[in-house]
Amino acid sequence: MRFVAVKLLRSAVTMWLVITFVFVVLRISGDPTDILLPDDVAQEVREFYRVKWGLDQSLWQQYLAYWKALSTGDFGVSLRAGLPAWDMVMERAPKTLLLGLCGLAMALFIGIPLGVIAAQYQGSALDRGVMSFAVFGFSMPNFFLGIILILVFSLHLRWLPSSGSGTLAHLVMPAFTLGTAFAAQIARFTRSAMIDVSSRAYMRTARSKGAGPLRRVVSHAFPNAVVPIVTIIGLKVGELIGGAVVVETVFAWPGLGRLVTIAVANRDLALVQAILILIAATMILTNLIVDLMYGWLDPRVRDARNAAGHRREARA
Amino acid sequence: MPVLELDQLRVSISRPDGTEVLPVREVSLSVDAGQTLALVGESGCGKSMTCLAVAGLLPQRARIAAGTLKLDGTDMASLTAAAAFQQRRRTVASVFQDATGSLNPVRSIGWQIAEAVRLRRGATQAEAWAEAIRLLGRVGIAKPEDRARDYPHRFSGGMNQRAMIALAIAGSPRLLIADEATTALDVTIQAQILDLLADLQAEMGMAVLLVTHDLGVVARVADQVAVMYAGRVVERAPVRRLFAEPRHPYTQGLLGARPRIDRDIAALVTIDGAVPPLDAMPAGCAFAPRCVSADITCDRQDPSAARDGAGRFVACHRPGAARVAA
Repeated sequence: MRFVAVKLLRSAVTMWLVITFVFVVLRISGDPTDILLPDDVAQEVREFYRVKWGLDQSLWQQYLAYWKALSTGDFGVSLRAGLPAWDMVMERAPKTLLLGLCGLAMALFIGIPLGVIAAQYQGSALDRGVMSFAVFGFSMPNFFLGIILILVFSLHLRWLPSSGSGTLAHLVMPAFTLGTAFAAQIARFTRSAMIDVSSRAYMRTARSKGAGPLRRVVSHAFPNAVVPIVTIIGLKVGELIGGAVVVETVFAWPGLGRLVTIAVANRDLALVQAILILIAATMILTNLIVDLMYGWLDPRVRDARNAAGHRREARA
Repeated sequence: MPVLELDQLRVSISRPDGTEVLPVREVSLSVDAGQTLALVGESGCGKSMTCLAVAGLLPQRARIAAGTLKLDGTDMASLTAAAAFQQRRRTVASVFQDATGSLNPVRSIGWQIAEAVRLRRGATQAEAWAEAIRLLGRVGIAKPEDRARDYPHRFSGGMNQRAMIALAIAGSPRLLIADEATTALDVTIQAQILDLLADLQAEMGMAVLLVTHDLGVVARVADQVAVMYAGRVVERAPVRRLFAEPRHPYTQGLLGARPRIDRDIAALVTIDGAVPPLDAMPAGCAFAPRCVSADITCDRQDPSAARDGAGRFVACHRPGAARVAA
């Protein structure tokens, strides 16, 4: 439990750093009035908006005001739309979450079995086939795969809708597009982790006690290989979010991806901040889950953490 | 009927370049129930490969190329792969050198033993767990019902070796292969483990195939000794006869290379040279290049194993030609 508390504290510090960094960089990188207002607008109008959005104040005053608002749950108002930024984000976030989770699930369901099979038949034609698929899947840009899928399944075969959301049929192609590159990477890491594990002495013990090939893989090799795989998943969730932005644009998926593109282009301060805070929180949460999973998956890690906790208590 | 019978067993490894090497060229031996046969020899002489072949644990590129392997009287070559797997699962168990590495780090000790019970005997989860606890207690782990939930990293090397033995004797195998099982342990633990193995053997009537470098261990626990050199059993005899009167020059060299505390010898006898590499076996006797009494016949012709009247086999053209320097 102490371990969790320390992790949560660290997460809070990270969160604070992210918010501060985003705030400062957005404000020193340019004036939103330059973009949002027409070029020929009078200087008085420009000043009016600067005062209205609080941009006339010093960076410090703006920063403190922002935190004051944040503490009451107010993420500010979108400069362009005039709506509360948080509501705009929350309206679209579930769509992105759905797409992200489906892409992740797709990646795991494709990537892990492929990696396990490739490792099992290491050096065979099957292994080479899986690995070429992995290279292919990894090097194919998301938008390109998306366009190909639309051409084949929407325009040619007319099986799936090319854009929009709402039904399961709408979800298939975006999730597949998003999941493919990730699946390829997971397949590669699963394969190398499984090959690494398969030469360990305990795998020989499993064989010597009469465990069949399936049992050896499922009960003995995979539980040992899963820790590095989980690590990679944690590290790559950021890429998955980045991929979602592109995929949403290709398939006109009404998620955060398109919102963030427009918000950044317009220097819509409150909106960009709200989105980045949400993304940062997602990443931090993912890493927290991954850290907790280490202890759950590996008894050695669990013991090392408990021992560290006891040492700290003993010192105090 | 011997539990294990090997007749001119040959193991070949096919290398990526298409050539084959023979880590085991000719191994003939047999072990009866309740008996211990020690397999001794230098590193790289094929001892472990022989054990792996018996236990069905050969690496992917290795296979039994010739000879017969009988377990409990059944010729393994006559069985289908699945039937051979079943036969081995019932009959053979192995204990290896690195006990801690040989146990799965993410599974509890009890789980791993219970799994062996279930696989070898087909018990329910609860029965298997109870049996695992009984076995842990039997091999001398204190508070077995608590320790069964522990993971290998919480056990010492000696305790893990006990747990490995418990895992191996689950389901009462007919043959226990102990491949350097005590080599990595310190001397007092080593003695305890050997005593434990001897107790279990007496209790369960297992045959034991013991691989070791340690001639002291051999003298202590073995009934029979097979000396291997370059993939061949060069001499096989009851332990007392072998120690009292080694006939093969290599056996004589091995025995001469033992440090003795009861005699005042300035330097240990060593055997000059090294085991020939697998891909450069001499045409004649593999030991001839290192043998002090080798003659022209030895260089040309590999000696076949000859039997004397008292249960000894020697593969040598000039057996007993050189005496142990002692």
